[in-house]
Parts: sequence; structure tokens; C-alpha cells
Amino acid sequence: MRLSDEEEAMLAGEVGAARQWAIKHQIAVGGFFDAPDFVRVGQAHVMADTESLGETGVAWLEDLAALPKDQRLVRIPTITDPRGIDLACYKRLKQTDAMADIEARAIVAFEALGVLMTNTCINYQTILPPVRGEHAAFGDTGVVIYANSVMGARSNFEGGPSALSAGFTGRTPRYGYHLDAHRIGTRHFVLHDQPRDLADWGALGGIVGRATNSYWHVPVISGVTSTPSSDELKHFGAALASFGSVALFHLVGVTPEAPTLAAAFYGCAIPKATAISADDFAAFYAGFAAPSEKVDVVVFAAPQLSLLELQHLAGLIAGRRIHPATSLIVATSPEIKFAADRMGLTRRIEDAGGIVAAGVCFYQMYAREMAQANGWQRLLTNSAKLVNIIGGYGYQPTLASMERCIDSAVAGRIL
Amino acid sequence: MAILLKCHKGIGPAVTGFALVAPDNFSARYDLDRLEGRFSRPTHKLYLQSFLDKILVLQTAKGGVASAWMLREMAARNKSPKAIIFDRANTILAQGAAFANLTMVDRFVDGDPTTLIRTGDELQVEPDAGLVTILNRDG
Repeated sequence: MRLSDEEEAMLAGEVGAARQWAIKHQIAVGGFFDAPDFVRVGQAHVMADTESLGETGVAWLEDLAALPKDQRLVRIPTITDPRGIDLACYKRLKQTDAMADIEARAIVAFEALGVLMTNTCINYQTILPPVRGEHAAFGDTGVVIYANSVMGARSNFEGGPSALSAGFTGRTPRYGYHLDAHRIGTRHFVLHDQPRDLADWGALGGIVGRATNSYWHVPVISGVTSTPSSDELKHFGAALASFGSVALFHLVGVTPEAPTLAAAFYGCAIPKATAISADDFAAFYAGFAAPSEKVDVVVFAAPQLSLLELQHLAGLIAGRRIHPATSLIVATSPEIKFAADRMGLTRRIEDAGGIVAAGVCFYQMYAREMAQANGWQRLLTNSAKLVNIIGGYGYQPTLASMERCIDSAVAGRIL
Repeated sequence: MAILLKCHKGIGPAVTGFALVAPDNFSARYDLDRLEGRFSRPTHKLYLQSFLDKILVLQTAKGGVASAWMLREMAARNKSPKAIIFDRANTILAQGAAFANLTMVDRFVDGDPTTLIRTGDELQVEPDAGLVTILNRDG
């Protein structure tokens, strides 16, 4: 990689151990992907829940935090993805004090590095949305795909160590979705049936993701007959990234790099389209179906809920009561939780027996240990991303609309 | 004469070990019981198989940025594969390998390594040279 004088100084350790480690790490990654040089980034977003970090990762962060202040501070705005513990409600979820203790250590270390504890995977809705053409180093695959596709920003999937490196150096290796060459559509899907709600949009992301199945392919979707909302594209992108490891999509007539079908392929030949029909949606749902089974836990998360999702959920559940053998958990960002408290939405959900947790996301919350402590196995959600992830933690997941999830939570079985 | 497979220059030290192969993908968060050291996702083709000290040979990486932390954490507990060979890695797994100093290579000249390498093959992986050698079979 070509290095500027400033980058050479970082590599030589002239600006401290943290920046030296960071640029060495970035050069190793950039070399793997044949990056020619670095590109400056405007923001970094760090995924670093303590289940992923483990004791090793937290101790590593604490070593960085012990450096002199002029060496340890990030140099661009650096924010965090959801945490593993909401200290306000972890005991209700039967999470342990040991989990809370390691979480507290991680927070202290991150704050010493100058990282803002936003604890959100919907920063593009709540913190500082990137603008078209802005280079970023975002963690959380859902954040990356939304920023790239809906906003026209430029980021690769940046794991926690790499995003933190970008915070220290203010740049990232120039490869993948920072380059025009990788933003050209490579697959074409045409809708013959329209998604109707958030779960359907997630299902569509799952269908396209399974068919695409590569970080290095860019699916183009045509045939959408109305403009989706931010929340619908949030669920679509999160599922597409989760099922397919996809970091960029173009939705013809909607997303900024796809005003037309031809534009989505940057003038290159348009591949033969794969049709997506009502049968494909039905088959996707059927793969997770468990009619009439007892439901242990109903989860609304992955991604965290927006204020409008919380409003809809509160409207569906107000005045009803969750079945005593069923738990209902909602995850949102700290900013949205504050707004939901202020507007009475949290109270309506919790009066019905639900828990509204802030700054966390379900699968990042020691999901296996929570399942064991609470006796949970059958999980119901309207998040296609979550049904894709959570099976590995020992759950049996089912996907349904928010309305069916609430009705099932009240009944205690899947309706 | 062993079989030589040329690939892109990789990450991590040269290692030798035995292959565990599947035409499937990989995520440390989605697919693994990291405490037990085995695949835990029921739909994964390596479900319930141990990955400890194996050289995993898989097609690609799935979504989930957590793997970048998890590979190092697994290595610290001696609950990690010896190396991972992909047909095509994504950014997260490459970043995780760099962070953990785990051996990883991808992009083979002769095609998908899950069709070139068999479970139980003894492999030598040399990331700096961009070379994987199947030691137990003749070319």
C-alpha cells in the first residue's frame, strides 16, 4: 500500500502505540484485499458487545485505555453498536452480575478512548446519517448496507477492531465498497409480489440474500410498486446482509445509485432476472413455521426499533396482557427509549407485561445464557435477521408479522 | 508428489493440519458453540462437528461483524480452528484473522477449494506464498 508521510509516522510509532497498532492492522487487511492506499473516513461505528469481546477483548481495550491521553483518543467521531447488557433491566432478563461487571469495564475503557457510547445499530436513523459519497468505517452489517444502499455512503463491513482502527487513524484501506468498480449491480431480481409489512421486507431480504450469497455481489431489485419507508428498508437490508453477507443493494427507482435499471448496472449488460413471487415468500415463512406451538419469548429487535415501530407496537399491545408463560422483549436505542418513555409508549408496552430494553439487541445479549436461565426455546419475531442468527444459540425461531407476534404473545402459542 | 493449490496471498503464519471441508459458509456468531468448540447451527453442514485444531475449508463468510472479535477470543482460550480456507472471504473474516493472527487464505486459481480439498486431507497452508499443499495425495 502507498503510505503518506502521516501514515508512515503512525506506522513508525511516532504518534503513539494505539495508532501504530491500528495502522499495522489496517495494512494487513488492506494487503489481503489489494488496497492501493488509504481513504479518509468521516465516522467510525464499533461493534463490540462483551459476549463477542470476551475477557480477552475487554482486557485488550483496557490496555489501550491505559495509554497516555494524547495517544489513546480516537481522532474522528467514533460510536458504538448495541451492548450486551442494559444495566437498567438485566436482572429481569436473568442476566448475571458477572455480565454486568464486564460490560461496565468495557464502557469505562471505551470512554477513555473518546468513543461515544451510542449503543445503537440504527445510527442512520438516530445519530448522524452519512451523506452520499461519504466514506465511513461502519460496523454492524445492517448499518453498512443501509448507509451504502439507501444513503449512497461508502463503507465495507468493518469488524470491531477494524472500525476502532479507523477511529484511531481517521482512515481505512481503500478496497471493496469504497471503489466505484464494486458498486455496479451484478445480480438482478424482479418482484412479482410486493412486501406488505416489515416482516415481509425482511423475508424479501432473506430470499435475495440466500440467492446472492456473497459479499462481493450487488443485487439489483426491480418491480417495486411503491416507495418503502426507512423502517422497511432497514429490515430488508439487515436481512439481506445477514442471509447473504451482502453490503450493497440497488432498489430501482428508490435508492440513489439506481434511478433506472440501466443506472443500477452502471451501463453494463443487465443480467437475466430472477423472479420473486408469492410462492417464494410463502416458502420462506414456511421454513420457520411452527403453528400452534407454545411460544416462550417474543422479540422485537435486530435492528433496534424506531420510534414509529414502537408507536405501532404500543398501539397493538395497549390494554392487553402477555401470557404468563411468555416473555416479550423489545430492544431500541437509548435515544429512542428516552423518547418512548417521554411519550408514554414504554409504559403501554410494560403495562402489558413486556420489557423495553435500551442500547442492546437481542442476539448480542448472551442469548444462549438467557435461553438457559429463562427456559426459552421457541422464539417468535418479526425480524428475518433474528431468525437467521438465533438458531445457532439453541433457539427455534419463527417469523411472523408484528400483529401476529403480539396476538401470539397474548395467547401464549403461535397463531 | 503432493498437490499444490495456488491462492491469493493470505494472513497469518504457515501451518500444517487436517482439513474439515463443507460446501457451506461461516460465521463465528451464527454457526458455532464457541465454548464447546463445535458447530451448533442445526442447518450447517458441519453441525455438531468439532472445529478444534482443524483447518476449516468453506465457501464464504456470512454476515455478522462479531467474528472479528470472536476469532481472537477463541484463540486465547485454545478453542479455535488452526486455519480457515475460503473460496472467497468477506472483510470481517479477513479483519478477524488479522486481529487474531489466524491463518487464512482464499481466491484459488483452480476454483472452489471445497471441491479441491477433502475432509481428512493433511494440508500445509503458506499464506505469504499464497500456497496450500495437500500432503497426503498425489497430483
